[in-house]
Amino acid sequence: MKIYDLPDKRGHFGPYGGTFVAETLIAALEELLAQYQHFRDDVDFQAEFSHELRHYVGRPTPIYHAKRWSAHLGGAQILLKREDLNHTGAHKINNTVGQALLAKRMGKTRVIAETGAGQHGVASATVAARYGMECIVYMGSEDVKRQATNVYRMKLLGATVIPVESGSRTLKDALNEAMRDWVTNVENTYYIIGTVAGPHPYPMMVRDFQAVIGREAKIQMTEEYGRQPDALIACVGGGSNAIGLFYPYIDNDEIRMIGVEAAGKGVDTNQHAATLVTGRPGVLHGNRTYLIQDDNGQIIETHSISAGLDYPGVGPEHAWLKDSGRAEYVAVTDEEALSAFHALCRFEGIIPALESSHALAYAAKLAPTLGKDKLLLVNLSGRGDKDMVTVAQQSGIDL
Amino acid sequence: MNRIASTFSSLGAQNKKALIPFITAGDPEPAMTVRLMHELVQAGADIIELGVPFSDPMADGPTIQRSSERALQHGVGLKDVLAMVAEFRKADQTTPVVLMGYANPIEAMGYQGFAMAARESGVDGVLIVDYPPEECEEWVNQLEHQSIDPIFLLSPTTPKARVEKVAKLAKGYVYYVSLKGVTGASHLDLTDVRKKLAEVRAIISVPIGVGFGIRDGATAKAVAGLADAVVVGSRIIEEIENAPSDILLSNVNSLVKSLRAAIDQAAVPLS
Ligand SMILES: Cc1ncc(COP(=O)(O)O)c(C=O)c1O
Repeated sequence: MKIYDLPDKRGHFGPYGGTFVAETLIAALEELLAQYQHFRDDVDFQAEFSHELRHYVGRPTPIYHAKRWSAHLGGAQILLKREDLNHTGAHKINNTVGQALLAKRMGKTRVIAETGAGQHGVASATVAARYGMECIVYMGSEDVKRQATNVYRMKLLGATVIPVESGSRTLKDALNEAMRDWVTNVENTYYIIGTVAGPHPYPMMVRDFQAVIGREAKIQMTEEYGRQPDALIACVGGGSNAIGLFYPYIDNDEIRMIGVEAAGKGVDTNQHAATLVTGRPGVLHGNRTYLIQDDNGQIIETHSISAGLDYPGVGPEHAWLKDSGRAEYVAVTDEEALSAFHALCRFEGIIPALESSHALAYAAKLAPTLGKDKLLLVNLSGRGDKDMVTVAQQSGIDL
Repeated sequence: MNRIASTFSSLGAQNKKALIPFITAGDPEPAMTVRLMHELVQAGADIIELGVPFSDPMADGPTIQRSSERALQHGVGLKDVLAMVAEFRKADQTTPVVLMGYANPIEAMGYQGFAMAARESGVDGVLIVDYPPEECEEWVNQLEHQSIDPIFLLSPTTPKARVEKVAKLAKGYVYYVSLKGVTGASHLDLTDVRKKLAEVRAIISVPIGVGFGIRDGATAKAVAGLADAVVVGSRIIEEIENAPSDILLSNVNSLVKSLRAAIDQAAVPLS
């Protein structure tokens, strides 16, 4: 049996991944890699990580059978991995706890983060408060305007939010700015990247911290259903909640893995964020991966109703899983995601994040084509409280 | 001998250090770039570093970011930059031109296609900030096929083993980044630069340029006392950004002349 063992030593997933950064960052990345490899195998570190996930984050998160919605759709059974029940309301905290524990052991006193919707910023501000570190969050000035509540949340938690005025003033520019800060302040600063992107070792490390999702699911499925699901479905922005669910299942070839990207106003418009579905390989933010770009190799602004999926790149491991055929990638529109959002509210009493609603929307398309005995495990990556204003606006309501 | 090597060798014979100004192609507008390049040469530049605009200039500070954005507003892409170099070459066959930029525009064009077109246009060297030595074997091969020099960065945090790796690949010159940070910062530490350059020089045989953080004649002069070339970017771009268009060329000219004069005062034989 082949065993999946990527990335290689230099962080490559086939032709993707790697360390495409300026010389000024190389030493910092090598230090991070060495420290991560050390603590990954350290019993005390792993014990503290597990303890924090249990007592602070609230893991394990349950798998919930969405019976009424499944019955309404009239096909496969939809099961939800409830990452929305985590502290701070999304899967993002799994990763920030892991990286903050690493930062502490590396002796760093200051953490920085980039954020789009603000979920990763909130999760970073949260752990910085929890472990007593200074926290700076870079956020595109457009996003600062769109996500005022999360900006306030970060401030309450003691973080400083710095609006980024360069480029398209969104997530990708926040990431650029965080990298610039890191290069300048590397001695005392740890950069917490929020998804499985960036240079090696970030895509691997963030995956490893998020893989708790899939590991729990495997055990829960056996215990509660006596078998594994037929397909895994997760939304893909940078790809961290998806890889967290997929990774422990990669060698189980019979289980489909489906990543759902944001088709925005449609993949045939120029307002979407469907990187794997429509993009071409290139180099951005330290790794080689699929990108949404023009003919000159300039990165194009993306659009999605969910800020967390609004990113022109994607984690390099997903690029590899796509090319190798192990995972499938599809895209659903703003409208389809909204409709799944409302369905989950009404049928199950669960308000999902708009990001997660993309995964739900695809599940709603797939379920009726399959028999009632099939099981679809959807990663409900976050809750939708943060999306109230956006959703209300879509219905013409001003909150 | 190619243009970069012969430039350094004739400077060496005159006991002079190279002045390498950096401007972004297409800033403040495409029609100005070739005129600016000639102006730089007239004012005393030995080599021109021409920035290829990119949407996500991660290693650059605000000044160069803004220059890149201005160029992008005019839709300037890598192919346009090559056309500008070709235009410059019609009137200047001796001043080396080094392109500096980020990986993705190169990835979009393809290594081979780029290298052939760059040679055709008269490009002498290329520095891609986010192609570190371990990710660029095929890239370096394609450049060498076309006799274009791959230029690499070294930084204060580059350990000896990596300097050795770069020594094997680097042609033309290496570019020592004089501080921890992005372009345009201003806290260059001369003592550090002196110490690190001695270490680098023991390993690297091509000339060493120093840049990032050189903002005035005094620093340029001090750096010229240590290195083979002085690279000035953000300070020149500030001039381009702030000057009214009718006096832009003359303002840049006087700035570069003053840097030239400062550097020439430093000329002390190194070995
Ligand atoms: C709830 C939720 N799901 C998904 C995402 C997308 O990120 P990723 O693809 O890394 O899981 C985000 C990002 O902010 C999010 O907040």
